[in-house]
Amino acid sequence: MKDFILPDADFGTPARRSDRTVTLSIDGFEVTVPEGTSVMRAAAELGIEIPKLCATDSVEPIGSCRLCLVEIEGRRGTPASCTTPVAPGMKVHTQTPRVAKLRRGVMELYISDHPLDCLTCAANGDCQLQDMAGAVGLRDVRYAPGANHFETRQNGEANPRYMPNDETNPYFTYDPAKCIACYRCVRACEEVQGTFALTVEGRGFEARISAGGSDFLSSDCVSCGACVQACPTATLQEKSVIEMGTPDRAVVTTCAYCGVGCNFRAEMKGDQVVRMVPAKDGKANRGHSCVKGRFAYGYATHPDRILNPMIRDSIDEPWREVSWQDALAFTAQKFRAIQQQHGIGAIGGITSSRCTNEETFLVQKLIRQVFGNNNVDTCARVCHSPTGYGLKTTLGTSAGTQDFDSVEQADVVLVIGANPTDGHPVFASRLKKRLRQGARLIVADPRRIDLVRGPHVRAAHHLPLRPGTNVVLLTAMAHVIVTEGLTDDAFIRERCELDAYQDWAGFVAEGRHSPEATEQLTGVPAAELRAAARLYATGGNAAIYYGLGVTEHSQGSTTVMAIANLAMATGNIGRPGVGVNPLRGQNNVQGSCDMGSFPHELPGYRHVHDADARGMYERLWNVTISDEPGLRIPNMLDAAVGGTFKGIYIQGEDILQSDPDTKHVASGLAAMDCVVVHDLFLNETANYAHVFLPGSTFLEKDGTFTNAERRINRVRRVKAPLNGLADWEVTQALANAMGAGWAYAHPAEIMAEIAATTPSFAGVSYELLEREGSVQWPCNAAAPLGTPIMHEGGFVRGKGLFVVTDYVPTDERTGPRYPLLLTTGRILSQYNVGAQTRRTANTIWHEADVLEIHPHDAETRGIKEGDWVRLASRSGETTLRATLSDRVSPGVVYTTFHHPETQANVVTSDYSDWATNCPEYKVTAVQVAQTNGPSDWQQTYAERARAARRILPAAE
Amino acid sequence: MTPEKLIYMANQIATAFARRPEDEAVAAIAEHIDAFWGPGMRAQLLALAEAGAPDISPRVLRAAERIRRPQAA
Ligand code: SF4
Ligand code: SF4
Ligand code: SF4
Ligand code: FES
Repeated sequence: MKDFILPDADFGTPARRSDRTVTLSIDGFEVTVPEGTSVMRAAAELGIEIPKLCATDSVEPIGSCRLCLVEIEGRRGTPASCTTPVAPGMKVHTQTPRVAKLRRGVMELYISDHPLDCLTCAANGDCQLQDMAGAVGLRDVRYAPGANHFETRQNGEANPRYMPNDETNPYFTYDPAKCIACYRCVRACEEVQGTFALTVEGRGFEARISAGGSDFLSSDCVSCGACVQACPTATLQEKSVIEMGTPDRAVVTTCAYCGVGCNFRAEMKGDQVVRMVPAKDGKANRGHSCVKGRFAYGYATHPDRILNPMIRDSIDEPWREVSWQDALAFTAQKFRAIQQQHGIGAIGGITSSRCTNEETFLVQKLIRQVFGNNNVDTCARVCHSPTGYGLKTTLGTSAGTQDFDSVEQADVVLVIGANPTDGHPVFASRLKKRLRQGARLIVADPRRIDLVRGPHVRAAHHLPLRPGTNVVLLTAMAHVIVTEGLTDDAFIRERCELDAYQDWAGFVAEGRHSPEATEQLTGVPAAELRAAARLYATGGNAAIYYGLGVTEHSQGSTTVMAIANLAMATGNIGRPGVGVNPLRGQNNVQGSCDMGSFPHELPGYRHVHDADARGMYERLWNVTISDEPGLRIPNMLDAAVGGTFKGIYIQGEDILQSDPDTKHVASGLAAMDCVVVHDLFLNETANYAHVFLPGSTFLEKDGTFTNAERRINRVRRVKAPLNGLADWEVTQALANAMGAGWAYAHPAEIMAEIAATTPSFAGVSYELLEREGSVQWPCNAAAPLGTPIMHEGGFVRGKGLFVVTDYVPTDERTGPRYPLLLTTGRILSQYNVGAQTRRTANTIWHEADVLEIHPHDAETRGIKEGDWVRLASRSGETTLRATLSDRVSPGVVYTTFHHPETQANVVTSDYSDWATNCPEYKVTAVQVAQTNGPSDWQQTYAERARAARRILPAAE
Repeated sequence: MTPEKLIYMANQIATAFARRPEDEAVAAIAEHIDAFWGPGMRAQLLALAEAGAPDISPRVLRAAERIRRPQAA
C-alpha cells in the first residue's frame, strides 16, 4: 500500500466478468463475486488485504512470491490466493499461525537479497516490499550476507551479480539492485501495453529483468510507464520522484494531448507536479497511459513560456510587456475602432481544440454576442469536419458511436487511415489486448503501420491502398458484401431507409466496383480485399476505427459515409463491440465542434438558420444573432487580403502551421491591424501578432474536455496559472473590456449555461461529473447518466441513410514531374505541431522529421539512408533527411510534420474536401531528390522568426 | 478567394451529387451551399453565375437561381 496519499485500491488480480456468481466465506465473512474471481480479489472486496508482492490487479497472477498463502478448509496445504479461484461454499482463512510463519520466511528471504537503505530510497513510503515486511511482522533477518545483487563489491572484489542503474530513459530509472524478480513489469509491458519490450534473463536466483538485452532507450520500450506503475519497489522509478520525493496529494484530471482523453492523478507537492499517474477508474484509459500524458508535461514550466501580456503597434517592432489591463484595453480599443471603420463583420476569432469546452463556448460567445457576428471557426476543420458531415448525414449525429470499452467485445476490427499505436496509443493498447484474445484485424493503410505486424499481433489482412483511393476500396468492400449476400437484411429493413438502400445496393453491385475491376486503381489485390470484406461482414461484432487518413482527403466526407454504409449494411451499429469510431486528433476536437465553433453552427450543431436555437441565445444574451453563416478561416484571410477583415482573436491555435497554404495565411495575417494570439508560447502565428495574451496549461485551470467517445472528462486545476489567469478568465476579461459585463466566477457556471441551452448537454453539471467521474453525451432527461453506445434502439436521424459514394479522383495527380505520392502521419512521442512535446525530453525519440522512402525509389534517385533530400510539390518545397523503409510501397513516401522547420504545409496542396473544405493533407504529388542541406528559405525562416520574437527588456 | 477556387469548390459539390436526378441534385447543391457558405462566398458565386463564368457546371448554374440571396452586410 502506498501511504502518502490514498492510492487507487489494488485488488491484486483483474476483475472477472461472468453471469454466474459464487458465494464463499473468508475469515467468517460472506462474499459473493463473479465466477473466476481469485480468492485474493474476493478478500479485497471484503476489505481484507492478503499480503502480496507479485500480484497486482493490472496483470494476470503468476503465483511466484508465495506471500499470499491462505488456508482453505478441506484442502491440503497453503494455496496462493492470487492464483486460486473462488468456489461455492469455500471457507478461507487468511491469517493463521501457519501462513503467518510461512510469510515471514518468504519475506526474510527477499530482504536478505535487498539493500537496506530504505531511509534514503526514492520509494521510501511508497514501497510494497517495505509495506509487506511490516505487514507480515518481519523482525529479523537471520541469513548471513552471502551472494546477492546489491553490493557493488564483495570480499574486496567487484560483485559479479551487481548491475549499475540504467538511466537511459529520460523519465525513469532501472536499478537492478532493488529488483525482487516479481515480473510485474514484464507482465505489464505484455498485457497492459502490448509492447513485449521486457524479458527475463536467467533463472531462479540469477533471473534478471532485461529490456530485450539492451538498455531501455535502445530497446522496443515506448516509455508508456506501465512497468513503472506495476513495480512494487524502487527498481523502476520515476526520475521526478527520485529528485523531488513522494507527493502529498493527488488530483484527478485529464490528459491534454490526444483524443483518447486519459484520466490521470496529478500527484503533487505544493504547486509542483511530482508525477502523473494514470487513473485506474478513468473510463477511457482504465489505468493505462502513454509517454505523452504520463511524462511529457514539462512544457508547463518550460522557460519559453510567455507569462506576461505583450503588445506592439506593428509586427516589425519588438514586443513590449504590459499589464493585463493595458493589453486588454489596447485590444478592445483596436477591435472597436476596426468595427467602427469597417463594420461589425471586420473582426472574428478562432477557437481551440486544445482548450476546454467552457473556454471554447466563451470564445464563440464573445464573437456572437460581443463582436456581434458569426465569424468563428476552429482548426478542427482541418482534421475531422468530414466526420461531422458524414455521420450526421448517414446516422444523424456528428460523433462516434461507441465508448472505448466497446473494443473489448469486438471480434473484427477494421482500422483505416489511422495509426493508433502512434496517434492514440492507449486505445491501441486496449485494441491489441483484444487482438491477443483472438479478435481479427483488417488494416487499410498505404503504409505498413506497427499494428500490421507487432509482437503477438498480426493483421489478418493488410490492404496497402494507394493514397486517395479510400472510397474505391470501401465501395469494393460493399460490392463484395452486397453481391455475395452478406448483408444483414433484417437490420436494414427495420432500421434504414429502404429506397436509399436499394439505390445504394444497386450502385455498389455494379461490376465496375468489384475488387477485380478496381485492383489497378487501389493497388490492393482483389482476393485479399474480398477476404477482408467477408471477414468484416461475417466475423461477428465488427467495428471500424478511422483517423485523419480518412478525413483529410478531397473525398473525406464521402469516405466517412462509405464507412457508415458498410456498418449499416452489415448491422454493425447500435450495440457494444461494433460501430463507427473516429479517432480524434487533439484532446478536445470533439468538444470544440460540439461547442459551436463553426461559423454556421450554434452549440449542439444547430444551424444558424434554426430560428428557435437563435432565439434562445438572443434572449439570453440580449443580442441579435445573424442567420447567415460567418466567415471560415480561409474566408477571413481572403477578406483580410481584400481589406475588409482587420482583426482576429486566436485562442490556442497556430494557424500559420496548421492551416493549408502557409503563404496565404501569412499574407492574410500580415494584412490585419490587430492579430491577437492567446497561447502558451510564441508560436509561428505570433510572428504576425500585435497582441500576445499568455495562456495557461491544463494543470492550471478547471474545465472539461470531450474525447473521441463523446466522454466529458473533468480537467482540474492543480496549481495556480503561472501567467495569472486561466484562459477562460482571459476571454472573459477581453469581453468585459469590450463592455460585455460577464461575471462567471467558475467554469461550472459556464457549463450550467451550456447545459441550459444545448439539448445534448442538458443533464451535464459539475456535480454530476464529480459523482460519475465522466459522462458521454447525449446526457439529458432520456439518458441521465449519458450514452455509452449511440443508435441503440434506432438511428438519431430516424432511419439510417445509405449514401451513394461515387469515386471522384482528386485533382492532385502524379505525373512525370511529381511521380510520387506523399502521405503524412504522426509518431508516438510527438504531438501535432509539437509546440508542447518539443519542449520536453520526448525529443530524445524524435529529433527531426524524416522522409520514409521505399528502397527501390531511393535507389533510382541515388538516395542513401540519412541523406538530405529536397521534397518538392506543385505548391512548394522543403528539405529533410531520408530513411529507407519498406513500410511504404514503391511510389509512396511518408513523413511526420512535428517540427516547424520542416514546414509541412509549404508542400501540401490546396485541394480540400468537397463538403467541408477540410484540406487534403494526405495526398500530395511530389518529387524527391538529393540535396546538400536545408533550403535557403528554411535557413532564413529561423532568422525571421527570431526577429519577430524579440521582446524589449521591461522598463525599469 | 479567387474565382477559380470558388468555382472549383461549387463544382466539387455538384460532382458529389452527380448521381442524383437533375432536380434533386440542383436542390441539394443549393441547400448545401446555403448551409455551409457565408454570404460573401454566395454573393461571389452569384455574381460569377450572373456574369456567365464559363467553368461553372450547369447544375451549379441552375442551383444559383435557388441559392439564398445574401443580405447586404
Ligand atoms: S515503459 Fe511501457 S513499453 Fe517500456 S518497458 Fe515499461 S511497460 Fe514496456
Ligand atoms: S523491476 Fe520491479 S516489477 Fe520488475 S521484476 Fe523487478 S521488482 Fe518486479
Ligand atoms: S496522449 Fe492520448 S493516449 Fe497518451 S496519455 Fe494522453 S490522452 Fe492518453
Ligand atoms: S501475490 Fe500471490 S504468489 Fe505473489
